[in-house]
Amino acid sequence: MSRETALVTADWVEEHLGDSNIVLVEVDEDTEAYDKGHIPGAIKLDWKKDLQDGVRHDFISKDRLEALLSEKGISNDDTIVLYGGNNNWFAAYAYWYLTYYGHTNLRLLDGGRKKWELDSRELTDEVPTRAATTYVAQEPNNAIRAFRDEVIEAIGTKNLIDVRSPDEFAGRLLAPAHLPQEAAQIGGHIPTAGNVPWSKAANDDGTFKSDEELAALYADAGLDTSKDTIAYCRIGERSSHTWFVLNEILGYPNVKNYDGSWSEYGSLRGVPVALGDEPGEA
Amino acid sequence: MCGAVKGGPSLDGVDVANQAVIQGVVTRDGEPVGNAYVRLLDRTGEFTAEVPTSATGQFRFFAGPGDWTVRTLAPRAQSVDHSVRAAKGVVAEVAVAV
Repeated sequence: MSRETALVTADWVEEHLGDSNIVLVEVDEDTEAYDKGHIPGAIKLDWKKDLQDGVRHDFISKDRLEALLSEKGISNDDTIVLYGGNNNWFAAYAYWYLTYYGHTNLRLLDGGRKKWELDSRELTDEVPTRAATTYVAQEPNNAIRAFRDEVIEAIGTKNLIDVRSPDEFAGRLLAPAHLPQEAAQIGGHIPTAGNVPWSKAANDDGTFKSDEELAALYADAGLDTSKDTIAYCRIGERSSHTWFVLNEILGYPNVKNYDGSWSEYGSLRGVPVALGDEPGEA
Repeated sequence: MCGAVKGGPSLDGVDVANQAVIQGVVTRDGEPVGNAYVRLLDRTGEFTAEVPTSATGQFRFFAGPGDWTVRTLAPRAQSVDHSVRAAKGVVAEVAVAV
């Protein structure tokens, strides 16, 4: 994987509007953003309603994904170009999630919705119709997904990267500052995790920094590329952004996203927790 | 939209006593800017949160007590920084002109 195979620019998307085998998909946390205007031809995936199970604390199963993509008119050989708000957090989450279920032709629009808007590029409220397909997903690829027991075992042995803001890492905040601070779980981080906020990988306009800047960022944070790496945040979307950087742009092997993240870990009984700005001891 | 409203979005239904709110409105020549992005940077300049403005140009953050920077990005404009102090139970209003 590399920048060339994983990312496309806004110019590239404009040049390929209307290509029949390219499907633009907007994925947002604010699911009304699409309705207020989207890139021409783009369809919408609702991060919560479409991609979360709704009963179990998990994302949807292979069967439901197949039904969803078939209904949306996406084929196995289509190139899916994902973009969204929040600096592509939820689009990166969808990218990771679709990779988990084996879709191969995936791209992320560099800069996402914000870059598109700041460039004053065209938005439309016209919703496209696509004929239904028969989408077949692959078996889950757990090489890119970490679960809680593996995370606990990784303390002091693997690279753990906490990609939340420094205040969340230290335990001073429980959620990003645009959400009410009313979460019930404790604050802090997984001991030995380094704090590399996802935002350090992006420019103000939401585009990713250069390969050289990105490699230096994680090297300076002590990431040992000879070890496996697990990234986490609060609910697994910002860490998808970092998984994308490490796995898809920089091409590092053995990078997992812990999508349970702090909302799960910080609610577990009896697991070690570190407070403050330092990684803490194993 | 005819002219900008004053201040951030309505706080009806928000328990302000337990929050350190930073909010405001982004305007250009007195008119609200509904397609701006406002980001909140902590005391070290590190990104903490970002929201798009509403159709009425408004934005809101639930911060923690302390010193923050509000950075506004809008189409065809330079980014603008404002320093703001947040405190629990207080609503800090920021007026941003781009």
